[in-house]
Amino acid sequence: MSQLKEKLLSSFIAFEEQKNIDSYVHGIRTKAIKKFEKEGFPTKKMEAWKYTSLKKTLNYDYKLFPTATETLEFKDIKDFLIDDIESYKIIFVDGKYCSHLSETTHDGMDICILSSALSQSKYDLVIENYFDKISKKDGITSLNTAFSSEGSYIHIPKNVQVDKPIQIVYFSTGKNESVLYQPRNLIVVDENSHVEIIERHQSLSSNSILVNSVSEIYCNERSIVQHYKIQDDNRNASLIDNTFISQQRNSDYTLHTFSFGGELTRNNLSIFQNGERIESTIKGITIIGENQHVDHNTLIHHKKPNCNSYQDYKGIFGENSVGVFNGQVLVEKEAQKTNAFQANNNILISDKATINTKPQLEIFADDVKCSHGCTVGQLDKNALFYLRSRGIPEKEATALLMFGFANKVLSSVSIPEVKTRINNIIAKKLGVKIGFDI
Amino acid sequence: MSKYTEDDLKKELETKEYEYGFYTDIESDTLPVGLNEDIIVAISKKKEEPDWMTEWRLDAFKKWKEMKEPEWANVKYEKPDLQKISYYSAPSNKPKYNSLDEVDPELLETFKKLGISVDEQKKLAGVAVDVVIDSVSVATSFKDTLSEKGIIFCSMNEAIKKHPELVKKYLGTVIPKTDNYYAALNSAVFSDGSFCYIPKGVKCPMELSTYFRINEAGTGQFERTLVVADKGSYVSYLEGCSAPSRDENQLHAAVVELIALDDAEIKYSTVQNWFPGDSEGNGGVFNFVTKRGLCENNAKISWTQVETGSAVTWKYPSCVLKGKNSIGEFYSIAVTNNFQQADTGTKMIHIGENTKSTIISKGISAGKSQNSYRGLVKINPRAKNSRNFSQCDSLLIGNECGAHTFPYIETKNKSAKIEHEATTSKIGEDQIFYCNQRGIDTEKAIALIVNGFSKEVLNKLPMEFAVEAQKLLEISLEGSVG
Repeated sequence: MSQLKEKLLSSFIAFEEQKNIDSYVHGIRTKAIKKFEKEGFPTKKMEAWKYTSLKKTLNYDYKLFPTATETLEFKDIKDFLIDDIESYKIIFVDGKYCSHLSETTHDGMDICILSSALSQSKYDLVIENYFDKISKKDGITSLNTAFSSEGSYIHIPKNVQVDKPIQIVYFSTGKNESVLYQPRNLIVVDENSHVEIIERHQSLSSNSILVNSVSEIYCNERSIVQHYKIQDDNRNASLIDNTFISQQRNSDYTLHTFSFGGELTRNNLSIFQNGERIESTIKGITIIGENQHVDHNTLIHHKKPNCNSYQDYKGIFGENSVGVFNGQVLVEKEAQKTNAFQANNNILISDKATINTKPQLEIFADDVKCSHGCTVGQLDKNALFYLRSRGIPEKEATALLMFGFANKVLSSVSIPEVKTRINNIIAKKLGVKIGFDI
Repeated sequence: MSKYTEDDLKKELETKEYEYGFYTDIESDTLPVGLNEDIIVAISKKKEEPDWMTEWRLDAFKKWKEMKEPEWANVKYEKPDLQKISYYSAPSNKPKYNSLDEVDPELLETFKKLGISVDEQKKLAGVAVDVVIDSVSVATSFKDTLSEKGIIFCSMNEAIKKHPELVKKYLGTVIPKTDNYYAALNSAVFSDGSFCYIPKGVKCPMELSTYFRINEAGTGQFERTLVVADKGSYVSYLEGCSAPSRDENQLHAAVVELIALDDAEIKYSTVQNWFPGDSEGNGGVFNFVTKRGLCENNAKISWTQVETGSAVTWKYPSCVLKGKNSIGEFYSIAVTNNFQQADTGTKMIHIGENTKSTIISKGISAGKSQNSYRGLVKINPRAKNSRNFSQCDSLLIGNECGAHTFPYIETKNKSAKIEHEATTSKIGEDQIFYCNQRGIDTEKAIALIVNGFSKEVLNKLPMEFAVEAQKLLEISLEGSVG
């Protein structure tokens, strides 16, 4: 048994002692730790983790409960927020909620934190109905469930159009220690409501940070949820992001994942379509370089008829980076008239980079239209020559082409400020100083 | 014309018995059931093999004992009890035939029933056939014509005795004894198979062919095929299979190794029509086959397969593209009906520079069957400018079957170009309507559409095989569509 696992198991008791053991969640946590004890951390022997090894990441001596917290000022974190728009903010620093940086509300909807939702009885009904209902019961998710105490809690009631986007940002100052964080988000969007969420994990230190995050998102009938994940952490931080989405009839869920940073990033994304006429769209841009590893593991589970799903993941891989895409589309017998599309396009710009991709379709219904396409290639030499012959330097020309390659994913971002921010990150990442605004 | 409804079609399909299910009453010489070192030595002795071969088998058996049966495939079945199988069954009154006329007439009758009689084929296409019944090679035609050119085409057993230097040099080089569970088992117990050697610069003047058939109850068929194409040579090789219908599951675990040296080309076509089990899912053949080819510089290996039989198929004909500019191709049609399960695909391992591979896979599932494509395209760091194109299309007929795609793509070279696309759909009502409108009944329309769907692959088969394959497709799917 690994050291970290032992440490986690033994500290669970101490962790639970501080909590209210009569609560509903106590039972779930206890069950989850048992599950984790049995399953442990995923290994390369598991099909879903064939191309991603956690061995190195789990080798650090992580602290489980950060003690020292640094006080951050707005100016310290400004760069990591989309600061030029009005927004609700739920800011966590070193695993603790940071009220003076946040902007939450209880006015007609709940945009607040999970710890208060777990401790106050008025939230019991929501917690009992939604908490840990759709999350997978594998080792890594169970570990988060066992230690779940803090994170964002968002409940949007019926017929509400949330007036501004919600930004959820987890900072770690890390001071002088390696820390394992396990944030937990619960997002419930009721009938006919609309919300935009921007999520980010950011380490501010050079210590090794591992974040094992779990989010459960419930999109009830006719709701619209637009979700953005910005993963541009510094090079010592690793992220395992487990996101589970349950969609009801006529709901529309869109996720954009932008993966540029971090040492190891693993996105486990599962969407369950539980009603008819559901739209699910997931898109991603990955641009990584030296020693970076990004793994997208997606599942779209079509359970009911007349639903659509659309996946589009683009990746540019430099240096000795490793890119993994494992996209699964599962169409059940009942899910007739499903329309599922999946695309994964990759560009390798270094001989040392690796791409492993496995787009998989499992189909049990006959009247469906399912297709996937997957490519690995290079930039078009003719296009590059065209730009060069018009006086554009090689670096800029390459950047322009790469940007063009990724732009299809970016064009569907509905918040202009997010688009600009991503544009800037891409420009910085590619080392050019040109604006890509279009 | 009375209306032919979907239900009628279904009923007809379910009651449609396996046309090739008969049992030829040939006296056969069968070893006791079970598997241990004595049995292996006994097989080796019966075959009058030299000592090195016996040791080779025993070594494989030793390694096999340490291995576990693979479970990763997307198929469900009751694992065959390998101790309850007889590992050797040979037609006992086996004389050494010089011409086909001397072959047991009952055996010839078998081929007539199958509609691909040896002599008919001889006349029609000039095919040289090596017939393997219950793993023992019975007859090889056209040997003289071939030997003029220096081509060796004989049973494995004969090759071990007459050409030990070739067998020793190549056997087990592409598929090592320890490659996987069933390959190891085959290495230990294989009873016969075909061996083919094409000398330098020789273009084989005719299609070589092997016909496999499991006849005896409770036997497994473990044949071993080795095809070596020396520098600059060309050969086209055909393989056909069938088995009588039985209630219990029969096991077929074959190993096929292809070696294409510099500038050589091998075309390997299979029409697999083992007994698929009845409409209740009883019986049928477990087809666990390991096939792999090795390409040296500028060599080309092309696999074409039409898989319509077997209860469970587990088969991945692969190409190791070791030499520069080598080419690997894989064309496949897999049809599953009733309770059949197929997990098939290919592996293209790009090692050399400028290597190219093409994968075209067509899966058709009907009834309650499950059909999976599982493929790997691997580009090694040294494989500059390599290129792959894969296309996997699935057609679903009825709402109780499943079609699955598991493509693995691993790239470690920036100059590689890979394209993969897959689609799943059903036969369009508009397509059928279009045919109906023009006086083509639904049944025929479906045959037409399925044929069109599989055309890309059917085109790759040698002519006389293509006709048979087309017929097989129609038979396998008859009436399954609505």
